Amino acid sequence: MTIDSKLVERIAKLSRISLTETEIKNLSSELDNILNWIEQLSELDTEGINPVFSSFDEEETKYRNDKVNDGGYREDIISNAPLSEDGFFLVPKVVD
Amino acid sequence: MTEFSTLSIKETITSLKNKDFSVSELVDFHISSMENGRELNAFITETADIAREKASDCDQNYSKGEEKPLEGIPLGIKDMFCTKGVKTTASSKMLENFVPPYESTVTQNLWNDGAILLGKLNNDEFAMGSSNETSFFGEVKNPWKNNKDNFTVPGGSSGGSAASVAAGMGLASLGTDTGGSIRQPASFTGTVGLKPTYGRCSRWGIIAFASSLDQAGPITKTVKDCALLLNSICSYDPKDSTSSQKKIPDFEKSTDESVKGMKIGIPKEYEADGISEDITEYLEKGKEWLTESGAEIVEISLPHIKYALPCYYIIAPAEASSNLARYDGVKFTHRVDADNIIDMYEETRSQGFGDEVKRRIMIGTYVLSSGYYDAYYLKAQKVRAMISKDFKEAFKKVDVIYGPSTPSTAFELGDKKKDPLEMYLNDVFTVPVNLAGLPAMSVPVGLDKEKLPVGMQLIGNSFDEESILSIASCIEKSAKFDLNPNKWWINE
Repeated sequence: MTIDSKLVERIAKLSRISLTETEIKNLSSELDNILNWIEQLSELDTEGINPVFSSFDEEETKYRNDKVNDGGYREDIISNAPLSEDGFFLVPKVVD
Repeated sequence: MTEFSTLSIKETITSLKNKDFSVSELVDFHISSMENGRELNAFITETADIAREKASDCDQNYSKGEEKPLEGIPLGIKDMFCTKGVKTTASSKMLENFVPPYESTVTQNLWNDGAILLGKLNNDEFAMGSSNETSFFGEVKNPWKNNKDNFTVPGGSSGGSAASVAAGMGLASLGTDTGGSIRQPASFTGTVGLKPTYGRCSRWGIIAFASSLDQAGPITKTVKDCALLLNSICSYDPKDSTSSQKKIPDFEKSTDESVKGMKIGIPKEYEADGISEDITEYLEKGKEWLTESGAEIVEISLPHIKYALPCYYIIAPAEASSNLARYDGVKFTHRVDADNIIDMYEETRSQGFGDEVKRRIMIGTYVLSSGYYDAYYLKAQKVRAMISKDFKEAFKKVDVIYGPSTPSTAFELGDKKKDPLEMYLNDVFTVPVNLAGLPAMSVPVGLDKEKLPVGMQLIGNSFDEESILSIASCIEKSAKFDLNPNKWWINE
């Protein structure tokens, strides 16, 4: 697998990060290096192994009751927004 | 004047009870240590006013005889923990002005026990790094210079947490550990650092990096202090769905337990190349100390351990790319204006994140993307299962696994900054533990030829912090490490 600048641009698009030409160039070689090193995992035969997504395996994980038990912090939550109005987050126009 | 800086938490509490000095005097001392240590760049936000105010409340509690377990103990908190009303940045431009409207569960536990916030500590941006050089607020300097008188890194990502404790700014600190971020800096600075079992501490209110790996833990001067803080921070928290309901033992008690008859496993894979000569020497010394104390050394095998690091560098970035998607210029302080929303997202993230964070988001996005998910992400989770199984087998034979915390001692500032892959290799001994969710700690054992601290790692079975604390205590007694770096940062 080689990571070329075209692939880097595609990943950047998916990541919602804009990159400069220099960044694209650097990232191509850095990501290529890192992914080639990661490639060593392919030596391992993992046929029939069940993946583990978390080491947490407590059986008694409790479901909480499906009801509102907290809230009413609209002002607190909005307080860190770069732009807000009347208790709403403001964003550039999305629909024409 | 009392030499506050040499006291442990345990000793300080005894002195406070005896009225040898007041909490206000103690806190004033630590505030001036913090101010005199600004060259180390360990603190991002100093909270001297909060600390002074709280100190007088604590003094009243002592005079009424109503003191709580950590009453009046000044602590530094890594800037990954949300602290209500106190700026919390994750050392990122993205959160430069973020003031959380709520408190993390673990820090709330500390304040409930009477501890005092001294300030918020620098770390690698979003906890991604092993040298504290990726912080938007600049690198942290290790209080320990090497024998060439050059600056060294304090390790990372909890570099500020480790440096502050080694420099005597605060009695202890809190860090987070996703792949070694408590243990590696503890080892580089001659401090004690413990990552609890995944689920022991609540993750609620910790800025998320990789949710299946992140854990909070203490960095302290002594093993007993580590146990004291652990007693405070562990709790079942309904707000974290992976918080454990298991009974929490008295960890302080474990530090007085004999290690006689305990079985200590040494993985034969650790004897492979790549460990510095000095560290190998201490590894051998440790075996002698433990044998002399009546423990038994057993050779074990962790056959898949060499795959842990590449496995981690799929899983951690994958989770990070998802967790960091929330920084979109809408909710969290930083935004770059643009005409349309997509450009706003892209410019905000481009300018708000540093290089290492971008790199990891990109890796994570790639390994999760359509067509690559099975080959990378799913494969890594299978390898993770194999690594966990290796540990399970090993813990059928032994109580604790013993080995180095890091392949080398602290390296010089700027030394490994250029090559991301070389930086990643620092975490070769610490990462496997996070994948398996096990508890582990680093204990200082001495200095190497460069006059830099060496730390040894102890790994315990799931929810068995007690055994590693007993062994750590035994090693501490034999090693007699003196946490006393030359205070070059103080201008007389």
